[in-house]
Amino acid sequence: MRNSWTEYQKEIADDNYFYVRSCIRQNFFPGSEAAFLNIMRNDLNRDVKEEAIHTSCTGIGYHSDIVPLDTIMTVVARQFALMTEAGYENFISSCITSFGIYNEAMEMWSEFPETEERAREHLYKATGREFKKPKSIAHTSDIIFHHREEIARKAQHKLINVETGRPLRVVEHIGCHYAKIFPKTGFGGSEFPYVLAGMIESWGGDVIDYPERRHCCGFGFRNYLVQANRGYSVANSQKKFESMAPYKPDFIVANCPGCAMFLDKWQYTIAEMEGTVYGQDGQGIPVLTYEEMAGLVLGYDPWQLGMQMHQVNVEPLLDKMGIRYDPTAKYLGKNGKYIGQPADALVNNSSHIQL
Amino acid sequence: MIQWGFNINQPRAINLDKNDRLVADRILEQMPELEACIACGSCTATCTAGNLTSFNFRKVHTLVRRGEYKGAYEEMNKCMLCGKCRLVCPRGINTRGVVLLIKQELGDY
Repeated sequence: MRNSWTEYQKEIADDNYFYVRSCIRQNFFPGSEAAFLNIMRNDLNRDVKEEAIHTSCTGIGYHSDIVPLDTIMTVVARQFALMTEAGYENFISSCITSFGIYNEAMEMWSEFPETEERAREHLYKATGREFKKPKSIAHTSDIIFHHREEIARKAQHKLINVETGRPLRVVEHIGCHYAKIFPKTGFGGSEFPYVLAGMIESWGGDVIDYPERRHCCGFGFRNYLVQANRGYSVANSQKKFESMAPYKPDFIVANCPGCAMFLDKWQYTIAEMEGTVYGQDGQGIPVLTYEEMAGLVLGYDPWQLGMQMHQVNVEPLLDKMGIRYDPTAKYLGKNGKYIGQPADALVNNSSHIQL
Repeated sequence: MIQWGFNINQPRAINLDKNDRLVADRILEQMPELEACIACGSCTATCTAGNLTSFNFRKVHTLVRRGEYKGAYEEMNKCMLCGKCRLVCPRGINTRGVVLLIKQELGDY
């Protein structure tokens, strides 16, 4: 195992977090944020504060040249003001894009103090609020990483194939904005990010080191937002899939909302366009968020974790881990209401569960 | 049939490990000054043939040095050997000589 990551460390608060959500995760992985709060509050007994009136960080608009710098700094200032008013100092963000944005604002304010003054002035004029800068800013994957050994002690399932007894082979994918913008903000910096690898190792899995491990998933904001540019976006994911497939991964885990979404959904697109699937037995490679991975380890029900919303079916992985699930409950939503199920897809070998 | 509105882009990466650089190395052996090229593009900017056709000397000799020979000979045939490029090269490279050398190595010149 490489130890270079140990040169990049950061302090993570142990308790009392102020939590801000991601815009897109609530649509594509709706169970993940709920799982994070459940794990922190119920399994780890930590205090996590969430304010219903917090907003998007507007990062997608910022990176698409729609939202100006002064606007986004004011939005960031407002989030910090909500944290200050709630009496918290440890700011945690569910989204990698937002995490990059908060760090960028802090860095900007430190390098150019006049921009901080401007943000404070804009915020006060617009809302009458004032703020203190957070004592620590962390991504929620940092928080799970920080508590990984405690989660391992409470584990109901390990990342081990129950049939063979061998560790599951896991591809970890770190969002670019986690540490490629400011390497000092991530465990292991940009070259050896350890945040997901640490979880996988603690929970019994094997991390796959493959050639395109640090390649971007291809989201890139305007690369995806403009339809005609999506061929470039999907080509990036394809490059990664082709590089990881020979190592026969059991699943992919990502800590960025965009990466988890694209690595999952582009597999469907590539299969439909070219007929190629990259997993074993003619199926795609399941893509998990780190909360879903932690939730499975802690014994949460996969359908409560929202894993029925994945494009690539997760049942082969659940079977390997020896997790019991009710196939007939997969597409039952709140209060047992049938939420509908997707059409057949090549990426799932056309074998979906018939109700 | 799903209308995607886009296709999967093919990569444009040049893999120097896979390319056969034998000819490129032979050219550099005979014209070592080519190593001094800073790819400023003065040769292309002043090129008479480039003014009339899509001929781009900087592009072609760069591709040849990377071991990408396909179509290079045909491209070099567009050169009229006037030598203006040689007059403007800030590194004093015998660019006209490079054209002749590439044609010699890649074709039947």
